Amino acid sequence: MIETTQLTKRYGNLTAVDGISFKVEPGQVLGFLGPNGAGKSTTMKMIAGFLAPTSGGAKVCGYDVESQPIEAKRSLGYLPEGAPSYGEMTPRAFLEFIADVRGIAGDARKRRLDDVIGRLQLEGVLAQPIDTLSKGFKRRVGLAQAILHDPPVLILDEPTDGLDPNQKHEVRALINAMSHDKIIVISTHILEEVHAVCTRAVIIAGGKLLADATPAELETRSRYHGAVSLTATNTGEARAALARVADIESIEIDPQDHRITAFPKKGRAIFVAVSDALKAQNVTVSELALEAGRLDEVFRTITQPQIKGGRA
Amino acid sequence: MNPIATVFRRELKGYFATPVAYVFIVIFLILAGSLTFYFGGFYERGQADLSAFFIYHPWLYLFLVPAIAMRLWAEERKSGTIELLLTLPITMFQAVLAKFLAAWAFVGIALALTFPIWITVNYLGDPDNGVIFTGYVGSFLMAGAFLAIGSCLSAATRNQVVAFILTVVACFLLLLAGFPLVLGFFQTILPQGVVDAISGLSLYAHFDAISKGVLDLRDIVYFVLTIGAWLYATAIVIDLKKAD
Repeated sequence: MIETTQLTKRYGNLTAVDGISFKVEPGQVLGFLGPNGAGKSTTMKMIAGFLAPTSGGAKVCGYDVESQPIEAKRSLGYLPEGAPSYGEMTPRAFLEFIADVRGIAGDARKRRLDDVIGRLQLEGVLAQPIDTLSKGFKRRVGLAQAILHDPPVLILDEPTDGLDPNQKHEVRALINAMSHDKIIVISTHILEEVHAVCTRAVIIAGGKLLADATPAELETRSRYHGAVSLTATNTGEARAALARVADIESIEIDPQDHRITAFPKKGRAIFVAVSDALKAQNVTVSELALEAGRLDEVFRTITQPQIKGGRA
Repeated sequence: MNPIATVFRRELKGYFATPVAYVFIVIFLILAGSLTFYFGGFYERGQADLSAFFIYHPWLYLFLVPAIAMRLWAEERKSGTIELLLTLPITMFQAVLAKFLAAWAFVGIALALTFPIWITVNYLGDPDNGVIFTGYVGSFLMAGAFLAIGSCLSAATRNQVVAFILTVVACFLLLLAGFPLVLGFFQTILPQGVVDAISGLSLYAHFDAISKGVLDLRDIVYFVLTIGAWLYATAIVIDLKKAD
């Protein structure tokens, strides 16, 4: 379990993290969302025990990160931003070093090394200095280091940043595969990632926690939640047909691709009514979709007023 | 395995992973040798001892040791590995000590490779090997003190060049404080007690005493305390500067 209480970090007058409290239970994948400089990394650094909080505190698996740092660090795996590692070492030497520092010895050492090397498909680069590896492989070495001791808690700061789509997919699959019995906290500003891996999302901006909900709940806050989008061969006809649906609050037409979006009145469902109206008027549509809500829009609405100052 | 030993091994191997280590050792040996034979007048002195060898060590270390020390923490900060290292289950003290000891061991290896000169002097004459031994001890302790200073100043910046220059200056001042020239100047304006205190702080005075064959416990305590204090300061500086 991770628990933070009024976690705060100040740099002089600047408050980077401002009284953040949350709890994460095993099985949850918590996504930290927020604009750059929102305090995501600072929060993660405090939980990982790298930075000391100015006030408040954090507990990892019941261990206070300040008063029992060694126990807390033992129970967590941390991937710092940018996945730093010792460039002159080979992945094998680097992972063996991590295993030794973490006190993994004997059979367990070989078993764990084989496991992470297999999971992250590092076999082909084991003997190559990390400096010479591609960004994707460097990131995978960083992830391997974080999960080497099979920790109950994983903190991953932008684990997919800079990866190509295939590599992103692989990392997300890995996170999903580990998620059932672990606590995983990831930070990202890629909103599709929240859907792909997170069971819960926290939005931080200006050092404050502004929202804490499941991705689906966040989407319901979107203006687009329950809206119906369609592309018709004849936009005018479609528009006329939609005008007959009573529960529609407003209609917007995308000026570029003429895609029509109909917004329902509060609390109304319009999908069936819209599709019936289109049929009744014999409007041919090439596409008709119910919108779940757009996270990027929710993200902007929540964080926009806060984007002033702050630091990473 | 003990985390200090693990980090120590990684660091020491790290020196030899690049040509830098070999370049350092070669330069060290060439300079140590040429200073001894040309400037020290090893043969002309006609004495079977190594004082011509040890007398130049403070000046040799003044430039070579900061070159080793400058990367200790500046590089960790620059590459971000400091975040990795300090979130592993080791204490700050263990990390500082392990990195320092690895650097010290590396300088120790370079120093040990000067052994042919010890053999030479034994071949040529009949030197007091006890004095030569304490000379090595003194030289090694002084390198440790320089390294500890460099460790602290390296933690203060992520720029290795800045770390190098700061360390050279700090070590230079601490060396100078023990020279008769400087002490003579202070003697004219300060009371004897203060002059003694300045000379007592100087690395040179303690090195000189040990390298002359006088293995006084006070000199050893001085070096141990100096190293300990600068390493303690290193940990404090890292803590202060971590967030930048």
